[in-house]
Amino acid sequence: MNWLFRSLNSSIGKKVVMAITGICLILFLLVHLANNLTLFAGPSTFNTVVKSLDSIKPFVRVIEVILALIFIFHIFNGVRLWYENKIARPTPYAVNGSSKNSTLLSRTMIQTGSIIFIFLVIHLSTFWNAFNFTDLHKTHSYYEFTAEMFSNVYYSIFYIIAMIILGFHLNHGFQSAFQTFGWNNSKYFPLVKTLGFLYSVLMAVAFSSIPIYFLLIGGN
Amino acid sequence: MTENKINLLVKVWRQPSTNSVGSFVDYKISVSPDSSFLEMLDEINNDLEKKNLEPIAFESDCREGICGTCGLVINGQPHGPIPKIATCQLHMRNFKDGDTVWVEPFRAKAFQVMKDLIVERSGLDKIIAAGGYISVNTGSIPDANAIPISKEISSAAMDAAACIGCGACVAACKNASAMLFVSAKVSQLALLPQGQPERTRRVQNMVKVMDELGFGSCSNTYACEAECPKGISVKNIARLNREFIIANMKSDNIEA
Repeated sequence: MNWLFRSLNSSIGKKVVMAITGICLILFLLVHLANNLTLFAGPSTFNTVVKSLDSIKPFVRVIEVILALIFIFHIFNGVRLWYENKIARPTPYAVNGSSKNSTLLSRTMIQTGSIIFIFLVIHLSTFWNAFNFTDLHKTHSYYEFTAEMFSNVYYSIFYIIAMIILGFHLNHGFQSAFQTFGWNNSKYFPLVKTLGFLYSVLMAVAFSSIPIYFLLIGGN
Repeated sequence: MTENKINLLVKVWRQPSTNSVGSFVDYKISVSPDSSFLEMLDEINNDLEKKNLEPIAFESDCREGICGTCGLVINGQPHGPIPKIATCQLHMRNFKDGDTVWVEPFRAKAFQVMKDLIVERSGLDKIIAAGGYISVNTGSIPDANAIPISKEISSAAMDAAACIGCGACVAACKNASAMLFVSAKVSQLALLPQGQPERTRRVQNMVKVMDELGFGSCSNTYACEAECPKGISVKNIARLNREFIIANMKSDNIEA
C-alpha cells in the first residue's frame, strides 16, 4: 500500500484529500442544517427529532467517528499544506500584489479554517457535550437548552460571525474541490461556482438564522 | 519633437550572490515613456557603468515575449501590471510621472537568487527532463495529417504549448507552486496521440520531481492564470489533476 500512501502525500494527493474530505463536510453540513431547521417547528418537533436520533445512538456514534476522522484529515492536511506552502517561499515579496491576481477568500483558507476550528471546539464542548453527556439525556428538553444558549448575546454573536466565516471558507472550498478533481469545464464550471456561492450563502444565512431567531423572537 | 520624459524612483533588489544578504537600492531615472521596462534598466546600468559601479544583473534574451527569459516582479506582480505580456513587452508609458517602481526577483525556495534579479530556474528544466517529451524513432519525415487530430484538441494542445516556461506562475502563486507550468507541459502531450505511449509515467514522474524540488502545492487561488504572460488556463491544472489521479489509480507500477 506504499503507492497509495505516496500518492496521497504528493502535492496533488494532498489536494485530493482536502477535496474529498471537504465534499464530505459540505454534505454533512446539509444534514446538520436540516436538523437545526426543525427548531423553527417548535419545541416538540425539535425534541422529538433529537430524541429519535438518541434512539439510534450506536449508528450515530459510528457516523460521528467517521465524521471525526474526516475532520481530522481535513484539518491535518490543511495545516500541513499551509506550513509546506509557507516554506516554499522563504523570502516574501516587499510589495504584495496578490490582491491584483486572486480573491481574498481564496488566499485566507487557513485563517477562515482556523476560526471555524475554534468554533468547532466551542460548539462541541457546549451543544454536543450537553446533548450527549448531561441530564438533557433524561429530560429531552433540547429545544429549551438551545433557546437558553442563544439568549446569551455574546454566544449568539460569536456563533453568527463563525457562520459568516464558514460561508467564506465554503465559497472558495466548493469550487476548489471540483477543480482539484479535474472537473473544470467551460460548460459546467461557471455553474459550479454559482452553486458554490449559493450554497455558502445558504449555509451562512440559515445557520445564523437560528441564533437570530432566539435573540429576537424566540427567547421567551 | 519634444520628449516628455517621466521621472521615476526605481527600487531594485540588489544581492551580490546567492548566499549574501540583499537589499533594495533606490535609483532615480528620467525615462522616455516609449522605452521598454528592460531598456529603462539598461539606461540605469549605463549610468552605473559610467560611474564605475556594478550594473544591475537581470536576464533577457529575445525581448519580444517568446523566450521566457526575462521575469521580474514589478510592484508585486510578475511581469508587471499589464496582463498577458512578459516583462520585456512592458513599456514605461504604463507608469506615471513620480511613480515608485519596486523591482524584485521571482521568489521561491526552488528559485534561488543567483545575483540581483537573476534566479536559478533550472528546476523547471528538471521537471521537463522527468517526462516533458515524447520518445520517437528517427527516420524519414512522416506524412502530414497521417494522424487525424480534431481542431478542438489541437487548439487545446497548442494553447497549453504556448507556455514559455518563464516561471511567473511560481512567482505569482502564494504557495510558490509550479502547477500551472507542469500542467501546461503535461497537457500539451497528453492531448495529442503522440503523447499517449508515455502518458502515465510522464505525469507521475513530472509531479514527483516538482514535489522534490520544493515547489508548493496548488490551493486554487488562480493567481498563476492571472499573471501568466501567455494566458495559460487553470483548466490545464484540472487536467493535470485528472491525469495524475487516473495515472496513479490505473498504473500497475507500484514504485511510481
